[in-house]
Amino acid sequence: MPKTLGKVRPHPTQNEPLLFELSRPGKRGYQLPPLDVPEADPEETLGADNVRREIEDFPEVSEVEVLRHFTRLSTWNYAIDLGMFPLGSCTMKYNPRINEAVARTEALAWAHPYQPEELSQGAMEIIATLEQYLAEIFGMPEVTLQPAAGAHGEYTGIMLVRAWHTAQGNPRKVVLVPDSAHGTNPATAVMAGYEVKTLVSNDQGMVDPAAVAAAVNEDVAALMVTNPNTVGVFEEHIEEIAAILHAKGAQLYMDGANLNALVGVARPGDFGVDVLHSNLHKTFSTPHGGGGPGAGAVAVQPHLAPFLPVPRLKRENGLLRWDYDRPQSIGRVRAFYGNFGVLIRALAYILAHGGAGLRNATLDALLNANYVRARLEPHYQIAYKSRSMHECVFSDARQEKLGVRTGDIAKRLLDYGFHPYTVSFPLIVHGAMMIEPTETEPKAELDAFCEALIAIAKEAEENPDLVKTAPHSTRVSRVDEVAAARKPRVRWTRAPGATEVHGLMLS
Amino acid sequence: MSYPENFRYTKEHEWILVEGDTGTVGITDHAQKELGDIVYVDLPKPGAAVEAGKTLGSVESVKAVSDIYSPVSGEVVAVNDLLATSPEKLNEDPHGAAWLVKIRLSHPAELDSLLSAADYQAYLGE
Repeated sequence: MPKTLGKVRPHPTQNEPLLFELSRPGKRGYQLPPLDVPEADPEETLGADNVRREIEDFPEVSEVEVLRHFTRLSTWNYAIDLGMFPLGSCTMKYNPRINEAVARTEALAWAHPYQPEELSQGAMEIIATLEQYLAEIFGMPEVTLQPAAGAHGEYTGIMLVRAWHTAQGNPRKVVLVPDSAHGTNPATAVMAGYEVKTLVSNDQGMVDPAAVAAAVNEDVAALMVTNPNTVGVFEEHIEEIAAILHAKGAQLYMDGANLNALVGVARPGDFGVDVLHSNLHKTFSTPHGGGGPGAGAVAVQPHLAPFLPVPRLKRENGLLRWDYDRPQSIGRVRAFYGNFGVLIRALAYILAHGGAGLRNATLDALLNANYVRARLEPHYQIAYKSRSMHECVFSDARQEKLGVRTGDIAKRLLDYGFHPYTVSFPLIVHGAMMIEPTETEPKAELDAFCEALIAIAKEAEENPDLVKTAPHSTRVSRVDEVAAARKPRVRWTRAPGATEVHGLMLS
Repeated sequence: MSYPENFRYTKEHEWILVEGDTGTVGITDHAQKELGDIVYVDLPKPGAAVEAGKTLGSVESVKAVSDIYSPVSGEVVAVNDLLATSPEKLNEDPHGAAWLVKIRLSHPAELDSLLSAADYQAYLGE
């Protein structure tokens, strides 16, 4: 049957036209009664300068066409509800439905931040309880839930460090960042007015205490460390590193992106961390597809607490109040009280699991990552021999000899029905393949994923071109990433010479 | 591609060619190969002060953004406009047409700590 006949079906060789291409002059999704006043000429009434010409090419389509267009596109999505999402460093765990049920409770869903405090006690109790639970999980006494994302939490945390140093007379100049760090770490330090000095990781993929000792002096405000780090390895010398920093009056900042490896097992506050941010949308299972919203809770040791953003919760006569009288505070970092809907989900997750359940989830996350590592190690080069925590990082070294790179393998994974792993990060691993299965994947799914990667390793040996030209079963195959970046075309334009034939735009 | 004898090199893969009191700075062939297809180059404006070992600008490839470190201290006296419209030149001719900036040296003695072509190639071989 010719593919051009019939209507668009979920067939990978067919693509959905743009709404611009579906447009036909005069089509619309509404009808209005005839005007009962004289028609005004916009140019005359408003002035020609105020009449927008650039929207003249806006698509004209009927309601059902718009609906079908977007519904069809939505069925082509890949989602955690359809399968494993092994994107390393992102903790794309399944988000239990209980979170959604709780967040949609009418009284919470309709709560408004301008409600009087007396009528908001329940919502405030949720915030207070979540702060308290996170404080317990992190081993650090105070927590703010205001920051709306991980990088926002980082910035808040480093501003707390700066405020603390400033209160002692010298904000200092430098922040140390390991070369394995997420790019947001050095960006945060620069935004907070610090100069960044990079620490080179050792051959185990860890921060070397000797390198910290050599770099730290009275100018260093803090070290920003991710633990476990981005190669999925626990920084074994973290206590020694903390002691080296503290001896020079510097602070230890921990990026909590990888807390999924620690919850219920180890507490950052116990190994010397002064300030920590936690991506609740990763570790505490709130949705984070499509860019958010997120929540970047920040936990601190007592000496940093006076600087936390206002307002802070305070209990007075049995009622919760917002306390704005915090003279040393760095001020607000977000309107109102954080992404409240996300905070409810995080608390629901914590309560549904309980302490033992959270610990179990951590152990399962570690088990899953190490199972994947053990199955794939005969086929792919592990980046570091050090033990993996919640994710494992391979390099494409063996496949590169056959002309197949990490990006090719990731694209071939699409043909096997999986979302790719994280490609080419961390930068310190040549041709990185970073896999984080999370605790929620059943063994059968992990096996299917590993078997796909093992099959691809075999294909790379027997038929490298098959991998290098993948994906083959998607609607769009390889796009020209280089041209897209060098000469981006971000607006649709009618192709020159395009004509209309039987309702299809053919160029 | 060979590494010209009259260049000096850094371990961060920049090169500099000094003529009189001015040095022309670029990134090495090894750097462009490691980065892959370069899509954008961010450079300082003429007149900017730069410091040896500090960030001079950045190059963006399809897979990552990487800092460029200045091999010397001084003042930026010229910027290669070609790269604003044709970043791909950095992949094609990194030691020639795709130079990045020219810097008037304030501390010429800094050149002594840079690598010779032979030293740089030995460093790459490690």
